Amino acid sequence: MSAEVELQNVSIAFGNFYAAKNVNVKIGAGEFFSFLGPSGCGKTTLLRAVSGFLEPSQGKVLIDGQDMSGIGPNKRPTSLIFQNLALFPLMSVADNIAFSLEVRGHDKKSRRKRADELLDLVALNGQGDKKVHELSGGQKQRVAIARALAVEPKVLLLDEPLSALDLKLRQKMRTELRAIQQRVGITFIYITHDQGEALTMSDRVGVMNDGELEQVGTCYDVYEAPCTPFVATFVGENNAFFGKVEKVESGKVKVQTGGSSFIGQAGLGLDNKNYKFKAGDEVIMFVRPEAISLKGNSKKAQNSFSAEVKTIEFEGNLKNIFLRSAEDVDIRFSVPSSSDTSGMEPSKNVSLSFSQDNAVVLPTGALALD
Amino acid sequence: MNSFYRKNGPVIATFFLVAIIFWLIFLIVIPQLYMLDLSFRPNLPPLLRGGPDDVYTLTHYKHFLYGSETSKDAYNYVDIGVFLDTIITAVLVTVINLCFCYPIAFYIAKLATPNTARLLVLALVIPFWINELLRSFAIRILFAGEGVINNILLELGLITTAVNFIALDIALYTGLTYAYILLMIFPLYNALESLDTNQLEAAKDLGSSTLRTHWRIVIPHAKAGIASGCTMVFMLTAGALATPVVLSSPNTYWFTQLIYQWFNMNDNWSRGSAYSIILLVVSVTFVLLMMRLFKVTIGEVVR
Repeated sequence: MSAEVELQNVSIAFGNFYAAKNVNVKIGAGEFFSFLGPSGCGKTTLLRAVSGFLEPSQGKVLIDGQDMSGIGPNKRPTSLIFQNLALFPLMSVADNIAFSLEVRGHDKKSRRKRADELLDLVALNGQGDKKVHELSGGQKQRVAIARALAVEPKVLLLDEPLSALDLKLRQKMRTELRAIQQRVGITFIYITHDQGEALTMSDRVGVMNDGELEQVGTCYDVYEAPCTPFVATFVGENNAFFGKVEKVESGKVKVQTGGSSFIGQAGLGLDNKNYKFKAGDEVIMFVRPEAISLKGNSKKAQNSFSAEVKTIEFEGNLKNIFLRSAEDVDIRFSVPSSSDTSGMEPSKNVSLSFSQDNAVVLPTGALALD
Repeated sequence: MNSFYRKNGPVIATFFLVAIIFWLIFLIVIPQLYMLDLSFRPNLPPLLRGGPDDVYTLTHYKHFLYGSETSKDAYNYVDIGVFLDTIITAVLVTVINLCFCYPIAFYIAKLATPNTARLLVLALVIPFWINELLRSFAIRILFAGEGVINNILLELGLITTAVNFIALDIALYTGLTYAYILLMIFPLYNALESLDTNQLEAAKDLGSSTLRTHWRIVIPHAKAGIASGCTMVFMLTAGALATPVVLSSPNTYWFTQLIYQWFNMNDNWSRGSAYSIILLVVSVTFVLLMMRLFKVTIGEVVR
C-alpha cells in the first residue's frame, strides 16, 4: 500500500525565519521523490512536517487526500529513517526491527517471524540476534530500513541516511534502496544534498533553495532543462556566461557577453513555457562542461570562443580542464581521460566551441555556491 | 610514574600525588581501620587500654544482636528494629526520590530550552547553599501544627483539624527526600543528556507511547545513572543524622542517632564503632545485591 503525499502552500517559520516558504508539490503514490538542496535549505524541516514532528505554520500536508494537521508522527502512515539512523543500541537487531510490532502488542513469536522476513528483504538473513554495534555501517543502514518498513508504512521518509557511509558503500546502497523501493512499492521521499544520489535513485526531484522549492521534475528535466540559475548550477556542473540579450529570433536568443555574442535556447520556465526575452534583458547563459569541445571536433558547434588554460585536473575517467575565457569567465569542461590534451598546457590559449542547442538562457538569479 | 611527572611538571605532579595519598590514607583508610579495630575491643577506661583486659572481643556485635546481658529478650529487638526501620525507610526515600527526580532530570536534559534548563538547575542548587540543619528546621516549620502547609489545607477546607505531619513522619520523609535530591538529579541528568534525541523521535515514529519509550529506551539507557543516583542517595540517607534529629517524631529513631548516642552520650566508642561498621557493611552489601539484581556493574555506576 502506497500513498500520495501532497504539500499545499506549506510554510514553516521559526520565529521570523522561514525554513520553508509556500511549498506546493504533489508526490504520487509509489513514487521515489527526492528533495535536493544544499544544507540549510529547509528540506529536513519539510520532511519533519510530513512525518508529523512539526506542524506547518501555514498550509497543509495531505496524505492520501487526508489532512494530517494535528495527527502526531505515531499516528501517520509514514515512517522516518533518521540521518544517524537512531537504532536502539541496547536492543538486538531483531528487537529493533520488531519494535513497532511490540508497541502494537504482537506476541514474541510473530514479532520474530516478521523481523526475520524483513531481514530477508534487506539481505541480512540470520543477523537478528546480533547487537547493533556488531554490524557494519551498511548493515546498520539496512536494519534501519527494515525497522522503518516493519510498520508497513504507506510512505517512507529518508533523511540523508547514506551520508555517513563511504563513497563505494553509498553507491551500492543507492542501487539497493531503489531496488527495495520497487520491491515494496511504497512512496519514498528522500532528502539529500548529493545530486548524484537524487539523480540516480529518484523518479522525480524537487530542488530546494532557501526554503523554496525551485523546480520539480524528472531527473532528466532538472538536469537538461533547469528553470532557474540555482537549479542550473546546483544540479551538476555548469558554466555561466553573464550578459545581455542582443536579439531574439525564432526561439533562439543571442546573448552579448563580454566581447562576444553566443546563441542559445531560451530556457523553460516553471510554467513549462520558454522564457520570453527581449533585447536588453539581463540573462545568464548556461553551458554544461560536457557540451564544450575543442573547436573543430564537432560540426554542430556554432558558438566559439578562446580561453586560456589554467589547470588540468585528473579525475580517473575524466580530465577536468579549467580555463579563463577572453571575456574573463571561468570555464570548465571535461574530456575523457584518453583524449589527447597535449596542446593544452597551462597558460596556453585554446579555441573552444559549443552547440546552440546545448546553451540554455535563463533570467539572472542566484547561483548555487560551490 | 615518569610519564605522569613529565606530563604535569614536578610541582603539580608532586602535589597531586601527596593530595591523593593523604586523602586515601589519612581520611579513608586509617579512620576506617581504626574504627574496625575499636569495634572489636572492650570499652575500657583510658588507663586500662593496652593492658591485659584489652583483647579482641565480639561483645559489641553480640550486643547489637542479643541486647545487654541483663535483658530477658532473645534478641535486641529495639536496636535491630531501629536498624531495619532505617534501612527500609532509606530504600523508600530512595524510591520516592527517584520518582521525583527522574521527570525533573528528563525535563532539564531533553525538553527544556538551554535557558530554562540553566534556571532550573540554579533553582535546584541555590537552596543547598544553606546548611542542612537549617533546611531541616525550615521543613519542620512548614510542617508544624500551625505551619504553612496545615494553614493552607485548613484554609482550603481540605482538612478540619491540623495534621501532625511530624508524628506521622511525613516531615521526616520529605526532609530526607529533599536532602539528597541533587545527588539523584545530577547522575540522572548526565545519563539522560547523553541519550540521542533521535532515539526518542524514532520510537515515537514507530508508534510507541511516551510511557513505553521511557520503559524500553530511556530507562535502559539511563540505568547506570539511576543506579549511581540511587546508591548515593541510599547510602547518605541511611547515614543521615541532622535531618532525622530535627524532623523525626519523638518515637522514631534513626540508626545513626543510636551510633551518635554510643559515641557521645554513653561514651562507648567501641560500641559506636561496631554499630557504624554494621551499618556500613549492610548498606554496601545491599547496594551490591541491588546492582547484581539490576545487572549494573560498579564500573558503569562510577563512570
